[in-house]
Amino acid sequence: MTALPQSTEKKLGLVIDLDTCVGCHACVISCKGWNTENYGAPLSDTDPYGAEPEGTFLNRIHSFEVTPTDAPPMVVHFPKSCLHCEDAPCVTVCPTGASYKRAEDGIVLVNETDCIGCGLCAWACPYGAREMDAAEGVMKKCTLCVDRIYNDTLPEVDREPACVRTCPAGARHFGDLGDPGSAVSQLVAERGGIDLMPEQGTRPVNKYLPPRARDRLPEPPANLAALCEPSTEGLTGFLGWIDRTLGKI
Amino acid sequence: MFDTAIRGPEDESDKMPSQPALDLSPPVSDRVAKTTCYMCACRCGINVHMKGDQVAYIEGNRDHPVNKGVLCAKGSAGIMQHLSPARLRAPLKRVGPRGSGAFQEITWEEALQTAVDWLKPLRETAPEKLAFFTGRDQSQSFTGWWAQAYGTPNWAAHGGFCSVNMAAAGIYTMGGAFWEFGQPDWERTKLFILFGVAEDHDSNPIKMGLGRLKARGARVIGVNPVRSGYNAVADDWFGITPGTDGLFILSLIHVLMGAGKIDLDYLIRYTNAPYLVNGEDGAEKGLFLRNEAGTPLVIDRRTGQPAPWDGEGVQPDPAAEWQGHRTVLHHMAARYLSPKYAPEAVAERCGIPAPRIRALAAELARVAFEEEITIDQPWTDFRGQRHERMTGRPVAFHAMRGISAHSNGFQTARALHVLQILLGSVETPGGFRFKPPYPKPPEAHPRPHADHAPGKPLDGPHLGYPLGPEHLLLHDDGTPRRIDKAFTWENPLSAHGMMQMVIANAHAGDPYRIDTLFLYMANMAWNSSMNTSAVMEMLTDTDENGDYIIPRIIYSDAYSSEMVAFADLILPDTTYLERHDCISLLDRPICEAEALGDSIRWPVVEPDRPGHEGVRPFQSVLLDLGHRLGLPGMVADDGSPQFRDYADYIVNHQRRPGVGPLAGWRGPDGTGVGRGAPNPDQLQRYIDNGGFFTDHIPKDAQFFKPWNAAYQDWAVDRGLYDSPQPYLFNLWLEPLAKFQRAAEGHGPHQPPDHLRARITETLDPLPIWYPPFEEALTDPTEYPLHALTQRPMAMYHSWGSQNAWLRQIHGHNPLYVSRQTWLEHGFHEGDWAWLTSPHGRIKMPVARMDALNPHTVWTWNAIGKRRGAWALDERAPEAEKGALLNHLIHELLPPRGDGLRWSNADPVTGQAAWFDLRVKIEKAPPGGPSQPAHKAQKSPVGRGPDSLALQTKA
Amino acid sequence: MHPAPSLIAFTVLSGIGFGLLAFLGLGLVTPTGWAALFWFGLGYGLALAGLAASSFHLGHPERALKAFSQWRTSWLSREAVLSVATLLFMAPHAAALTFLDTPAEGFGLLGAFFGLLTILATAMIYAQLKTVPRWHHWSTPAVFLLAGLTGAALITGIVALAQLLLAWLALALVAHWVLGDLRFHAAGSTTETATGLGAQGAVRLLEPPHSGRNYLMREMVHVVARRHALKLRVIAILCATIAPALLLLVQPMLTPVILAALALHVIGMIAARWLFFAEAEHVVGLYYGRD
Ligand SMILES: Nc1nc2c(c(=O)[nH]1)N[C@H]1C(S)=C(S)[C@@H](COP(=O)(O)OP(=O)(O)OC[C@H]3O[C@@H](n4cnc5c(=O)[nH]c(N)nc54)[C@H](O)[C@@H]3O)O[C@H]1N2
Ligand SMILES: Nc1nc2c(c(=O)[nH]1)N[C@H]1C(S)=C(S)[C@@H](COP(=O)(O)OP(=O)(O)OC[C@H]3O[C@@H](n4cnc5c(=O)[nH]c(N)nc54)[C@H](O)[C@@H]3O)O[C@H]1N2
Ligand code: SF4
Ligand code: SF4
Ligand code: SF4
Ligand code: SF4
Ligand code: SF4
Ligand SMILES: [Mo]
Repeated sequence: MTALPQSTEKKLGLVIDLDTCVGCHACVISCKGWNTENYGAPLSDTDPYGAEPEGTFLNRIHSFEVTPTDAPPMVVHFPKSCLHCEDAPCVTVCPTGASYKRAEDGIVLVNETDCIGCGLCAWACPYGAREMDAAEGVMKKCTLCVDRIYNDTLPEVDREPACVRTCPAGARHFGDLGDPGSAVSQLVAERGGIDLMPEQGTRPVNKYLPPRARDRLPEPPANLAALCEPSTEGLTGFLGWIDRTLGKI
Repeated sequence: MFDTAIRGPEDESDKMPSQPALDLSPPVSDRVAKTTCYMCACRCGINVHMKGDQVAYIEGNRDHPVNKGVLCAKGSAGIMQHLSPARLRAPLKRVGPRGSGAFQEITWEEALQTAVDWLKPLRETAPEKLAFFTGRDQSQSFTGWWAQAYGTPNWAAHGGFCSVNMAAAGIYTMGGAFWEFGQPDWERTKLFILFGVAEDHDSNPIKMGLGRLKARGARVIGVNPVRSGYNAVADDWFGITPGTDGLFILSLIHVLMGAGKIDLDYLIRYTNAPYLVNGEDGAEKGLFLRNEAGTPLVIDRRTGQPAPWDGEGVQPDPAAEWQGHRTVLHHMAARYLSPKYAPEAVAERCGIPAPRIRALAAELARVAFEEEITIDQPWTDFRGQRHERMTGRPVAFHAMRGISAHSNGFQTARALHVLQILLGSVETPGGFRFKPPYPKPPEAHPRPHADHAPGKPLDGPHLGYPLGPEHLLLHDDGTPRRIDKAFTWENPLSAHGMMQMVIANAHAGDPYRIDTLFLYMANMAWNSSMNTSAVMEMLTDTDENGDYIIPRIIYSDAYSSEMVAFADLILPDTTYLERHDCISLLDRPICEAEALGDSIRWPVVEPDRPGHEGVRPFQSVLLDLGHRLGLPGMVADDGSPQFRDYADYIVNHQRRPGVGPLAGWRGPDGTGVGRGAPNPDQLQRYIDNGGFFTDHIPKDAQFFKPWNAAYQDWAVDRGLYDSPQPYLFNLWLEPLAKFQRAAEGHGPHQPPDHLRARITETLDPLPIWYPPFEEALTDPTEYPLHALTQRPMAMYHSWGSQNAWLRQIHGHNPLYVSRQTWLEHGFHEGDWAWLTSPHGRIKMPVARMDALNPHTVWTWNAIGKRRGAWALDERAPEAEKGALLNHLIHELLPPRGDGLRWSNADPVTGQAAWFDLRVKIEKAPPGGPSQPAHKAQKSPVGRGPDSLALQTKA
Repeated sequence: MHPAPSLIAFTVLSGIGFGLLAFLGLGLVTPTGWAALFWFGLGYGLALAGLAASSFHLGHPERALKAFSQWRTSWLSREAVLSVATLLFMAPHAAALTFLDTPAEGFGLLGAFFGLLTILATAMIYAQLKTVPRWHHWSTPAVFLLAGLTGAALITGIVALAQLLLAWLALALVAHWVLGDLRFHAAGSTTETATGLGAQGAVRLLEPPHSGRNYLMREMVHVVARRHALKLRVIAILCATIAPALLLLVQPMLTPVILAALALHVIGMIAARWLFFAEAEHVVGLYYGRD
């Protein structure tokens, strides 16, 4: 149904660590694999071996270059999927009620049998998190792997999103962001997790951990300061040092 | 009116029912087959979810030691590889001209008979006329064994063009290399420095390791001209100018030695630092002083007199000088303390400001010596001395092709190992750790062999580690024995062969002509060749009679690659889910620093190619050929095949009595580890265990392995060694000094005159730096830029492009240029450029990247494709906008004026110098296609379908 | 945004259609008999043609009925409901005029009211989208409403009203463009906020997530050259407002002139509507290198 729930019991979502993401696209493909085989219609590809291959993906990695004023430019790999917004505009614009936010955990889903493929929800999403499937004519989006996280045919450890399970760098975390005591909430608190485009007023559940400051080698302690000055002692100094040191061994 | 956050009523009962009911527990599959991924050579464990006989989904195996459940993009896309339309379907006989791709499908019987008709007479007359080279396979110990039985000296795998500098420098210096043969102590290291790595073989383990370091807040430093991937997450980036790492590292050594920030105790105990080096001019200069028993001598501090290094109670003096002979450490100090290695002297050349070099040296010193860590774990060294704890310096390094794919790569890799050793961080907690079967010093490896005779097996293994000029593979007249000219004066320590030279040498008939080129899993007509356009011509070139200069080409591929089009006979392989494979301790196993391990692949799906003759596992085909050729070891006493197929070989072949391809579950009852008679249930035991086997190293044996008595005993027990072999690290590499002496005219083995100066200069027993050759031979003002490639994490060389999911990520590859170059040439988004090297010119799209060394351009490796290959549309972006730098890289260096052309390779190991490439860039008219645009090859497998929407229904 | 022909046709045609129906309902024109059949037929025809065109945009037009369900929250659903309401309420009025030669005024007024609301709802589908700052503005409903009414006035040949509406429409269009040009910036979304990386430095896209295109890029990351856009704006405002107004000034009473004015207006509005879509910058473009 199109109205958002008053509140949700949980706020399940992802926390993505931009300090750690190496941009390997593993999460992109595991998501594609899982969601092609599971929830709803397969994620199709058109012209897959042709001149203009194009397909549906629920998670994509962008790479940005960030240039601080006082340090060398850096590269940040930036995974992006649905943020399961608390004030999800994609839900309220939906004319059919196909798009909805689950009251129990806040997951935003598309009920594909109701979707008319009007595309409006994709327009309403600031983050580019929804893609219309060209073969099926319905809207696809990250399901937060709702068919994994509660799946009792899976071992307990595997009840997490496919992208989280696969991420080799451990840059993706899954949990209840509504519970301040959860591991993900604590990570967000510790690392200063941020919202994307807060000005859009969507109140995303997913958070991003910003990259740590780069290119700031620590000042050497006083006893090593000498390393930072050219030395003139040369070989004699070195052999003297060996003599002194050997005495201690 | 504009508010979109519309909420439903508060009434609970009103909102719940309107949500559709979901099946939250759909079964993922009806069965899970656990095997090993082969979307790349990393060897991760996979759970293949099956619905009926169809592959439904692939995920990582959580129990697997390599990937512990994670999987990379390629691994997850394995299902699309398995379903690739480019899969070959039947043996093929060429019917059109070479390169055209015109083939006719034939039966296996005809294919095998053809191969036998070609190979049998050769073996009986001139076995060296078969050149058998293999690419990305994981059965090198098997193919090498086959080639040895056949009797040709001309076998190697692809290591020569890959990263032999890394392997050889590691093994010669410390008995083990980075590559996937060792690993940082991810759990404990506090400072991790990565040189020239984009992805590497240990792709998932490195990512997992980086993630762990990040989670602990440890510092990661990337030294790389390009700041992407791993280097993007590095806390500090040193955007070094390509080819100068050696200088940079020696400068760090300069600073650290100058400040006495080296681990003297470690150097004395575990390295040849205190050995006395003969300083007397003559044949022995640079060799170690030895006693009559041949034991190297040190100066005993107690007496001031020479004594054998391992003498009872000897206290070596690492700074000694005795009768004009100085210790290794003394030599090092004399060399590296020279102002020419001062940061201020190297900064400009390396593109890194001197204060940053010093700051890095200080950080290394701080972490190594002020954040020393200890593990309360007693251990006993090979001298019998017991240590109460394990002390470590938590600084770890890793490096790969960025430093090794240069013509100064061997010495650069050596320099890095020497730096690690000076810091005392190899095989200590927090440092770099070997994985079994390493450590293994050069002496414990075989020497290379090439003695062949008609109808006879070769006299020993093809490849090995020469210890001096006497081990080169030369005829008495000085000409090379091998077609690739490995193990010659030009590249004496070419421990992995020089595959990149095979086609060029065979075409030139230099050192001799061959008859049959037999390739396996190597796309040599495209992305693994230097000078690709010319190589394609060499493969199709004919003599005055119109016969091909390389008369016969047999090739085994699983897919319709570029190389397929150039072969006369195709032996189509299965894909990785359809066959047995063995990731063996004899090869490149899945060991960890804490455990021995190996694994298998097994057919989780049948190799169905409906309507076609079908495909067969190449290794089984090779065994079949071996039987038909009557090769020793492949024919049973009754004349029947010794091995039914490769699975049979894996279980029953014994390299040494009790030691075979797999270490697990040996012996009749399956309790043998490493040693034991063949066990007929072995493969099933592997399958039941998830496709792999591991055996943990005891706690007291997990560090200091080269000197740890417990480790040595454990390794002997497992069949890794036949007797304990503790050794010392080679700061000074004596074999190189032997080559230098020869170059100066000493000894019976003499190099040709034109190589003497180069040998003296480059085969220095201590690490040195010299500018990459191509750079020294080209005009830097005309070719001002360095051109590099990087591995994309989501693609494996050429074979990822047939994958419908992966090719959407990397369907073409722009050339990334620095901001400086971008502005200088007035580039705009969407522009194209000509890139010109002294050898050729290519056209490709450009893109701007600021986090890039200003004198460098780069692109993703192996994305560009030949039209018609891989079952792709001829207008595929891979061909229209994809480009290959290989066209610009020659296998030979530019002429030097003496009429001789050296290979574009490291002078020590023959490693292909991919990254020495110098180019100039010019704006090109906008638009494709990228150049050179080769004529399309015909596809023997047709084209892929127009759309995909696969969902397996049970 | 991608200027999909179906959406351009839908908004322009249905706008005029519902405008015309509103005129008929309000009694601004009161044809009877065959004439009524013609005018209502035209109104219904345009409205339905528009709705039909919009269904080309759907992945599953056969499920269109489901779109009536969410009128409490969704402007698109409201539009569907309102359009049907308009058509239904208008029917007795139309029938009365056609067969009884007399208006059913109550139904007419209701129909007109819903007709105008339908145009408003159509506009709100766009105006509600915060993600497209250019649309998220009062000028969007203003343009849509005025365009519908202007078209209706021209079709019905109510010249004086038409001239007044043309003037207002011209102002609304200019306001939509001029103020619209400032909207994206004013909305405050930048690559820095989109990535959350602004605190660390200036942000630019280095590598897009895929080397090919995707649905989002095709649908939302449409870029028109500025010079191009300016030319089209001039053409659009000339055709849609100034030229018809001038024609009507010169020869207000001649049917061919009025028809010419109408034709020009429709062409102009199609251009304006093309620009409405093509110039609309979706914030998702920030993830694809649009700055
Ligand atoms: N410019 C540039 N060139 C480079 C490099 C570089 O850095 N820059 N790197 C070099 C290096 S290190 C390497 S290792 C080479 C790699 O280059 P190659 O060794 O040529 O590797 P691939 O392109 O992966 O091609 C291997 C072939 O194996 C086939 N194949 C895949 N799976 C199977 C199978 O199961 N069975 C069989 N029989 N065949 C199979 C593929 O279809 C493909 O044709 O490239 C080298 N080339
Ligand atoms: N996904 C994926 N994984 C692979 C492969 C693949 O094709 N795809 N191929 C496998 C194979 S065969 C190999 S050999 C390994 C190779 O793995 P890598 O060693 O990671 O090889 P490259 O991608 O060639 O990366 C070379 C890196 O060195 C940098 N570099 C170049 N020149 C210099 C230099 O002078 N100094 C420094 N410091 N850096 C430099 C480049 O910018 C680049 O980042 O990867 C293996 N893993
Ligand atoms: S990210 Fe987009 S699709 Fe997901 S809930 Fe938010 S607005 Fe909706
Ligand atoms: S595309 Fe489907 S889910 Fe999205 S708004 Fe339209 S009907 Fe709703
Ligand atoms: S949570 Fe599931 S659906 Fe969402 S991005 Fe991850 S894998 Fe895809
Ligand atoms: S799998 Fe992890 S590291 Fe790789 S791109 Fe996704 S988030 Fe980044
Ligand atoms: S790194 Fe990726 S492709 Fe390579 S073996 Fe592991 S999962 Fe497979
Ligand atoms: Mo390689």
